[in-house]
Amino acid sequence: MGYSLDFGWLAGAAGVIARGAAMTLLLIAVTTLAGTFLSILGAVGKRNGPKPLQLAIGIYVEVMRNTPFLVQLFFIFFGLPTLGIRLDPILAAMLAMTLNMAAYTIEIVGAGLDAVPRGQSEAALALGLRPRQVFVKIVLPQALKVIYPALTSQIVIMMLESAVVSQIAVRELTYEADMLQARTFRAFETYFVVTIVYLGLSMGLRRLLVGGGRRVLGAGVS
Amino acid sequence: MIEFTFWDIVRNLLLAARWTVLLSLAAFIGGALVGLVVLFFRIAKNKWVKRIASGYIALFQGTPLLMQLFLMFFGLPMLGLRIEPWTAAALGLTFFASAYLAEIWRGGVDALPRGQWDAGASLGLHYLQELRLIILPQAFAITRAPTVGFLVQLIKSTALTSIIGFEELVRTSNAINNATFEPFKVYGLVALIFFVMCFPLTQYARRLEQRAGAR
Repeated sequence: MGYSLDFGWLAGAAGVIARGAAMTLLLIAVTTLAGTFLSILGAVGKRNGPKPLQLAIGIYVEVMRNTPFLVQLFFIFFGLPTLGIRLDPILAAMLAMTLNMAAYTIEIVGAGLDAVPRGQSEAALALGLRPRQVFVKIVLPQALKVIYPALTSQIVIMMLESAVVSQIAVRELTYEADMLQARTFRAFETYFVVTIVYLGLSMGLRRLLVGGGRRVLGAGVS
Repeated sequence: MIEFTFWDIVRNLLLAARWTVLLSLAAFIGGALVGLVVLFFRIAKNKWVKRIASGYIALFQGTPLLMQLFLMFFGLPMLGLRIEPWTAAALGLTFFASAYLAEIWRGGVDALPRGQWDAGASLGLHYLQELRLIILPQAFAITRAPTVGFLVQLIKSTALTSIIGFEELVRTSNAINNATFEPFKVYGLVALIFFVMCFPLTQYARRLEQRAGAR
């Protein structure tokens, strides 16, 4: 007992925490873009691709969804070099996060594509648009609008999950917290402050995504 | 240098997997009990009680589980409790699970028509009786699929307790990997063991969902 909290170290650590947070945001930004793109390809492949491709995507989704992200990360970072593929920590983290997120968003995007009435693409084809134009200009925007809330939640979840990549020495928020507490011996206070930063990041990210979604996809996005 | 045959690796991993299963069960049961209390708060009539429960849920859903585990591990000793990785892991995952389960079940309670409450009241049941006899059984029944789905998430989350030093599947695999230098094989096997634990539950949840959709 007699333990008293001490936040005196905080003033000198603000810069480090901000740098870590910036790295976390960079990771999630890359993951969001790459993961969404990959999941659009995956969802289309799972619907219209050749049978072996459909099967492969199905297996990929099940494997990723039924194993822990931490194990996937270790497999990519420690396991792949034995096959001659050596990635630096940041790339490995981005790859693991993207692959993990895509497994969840493939299903989400697929549900969105199913939700667009067939008449929409039939009408667009009748107007003489090429199949690719029909998909990119007619079907996809409507699908994205439907799934946007689910996509937003998934992005926030992924941001929180990214704390794990500190384990392969990516210098993001959690890694900086580990370093700070090793230097200050104020473990509880350090993790407390960083937890609050994460809470702020997740609330801010959600608000940003909802606001940005309204602007790009139009009204009705929540 | 100790030689590890393939079967040595598998045997050690399977032995460690017992702890993963045990921790998952402890956290699920503990989380269900605490989650029930949070649920009572969340659906209470008092605005402030409701707000406290919402804040509790938002806090656990808005921060990384890893941070929650660290705060448990480093925070509880300050309260004078001697804490070991097992205690921190079980308690951390319990609170984590309680927030998610309360939110899932709250969705079930909200989905019930108002008439269910009114019917209970007209039968002369008081609030707790209504909950116990009418509301909760139905709310649990319609949220069975997401509850099983969350159990899968919880099993996967136990991997994080390796970071605070709890000797479960992933931590054991790290140790084996450090001795054998065969990360591809070791982490591949770990992924396989997790898959074998989670996949049947995922399929079960999917079947429940389909059945609920067909009704």
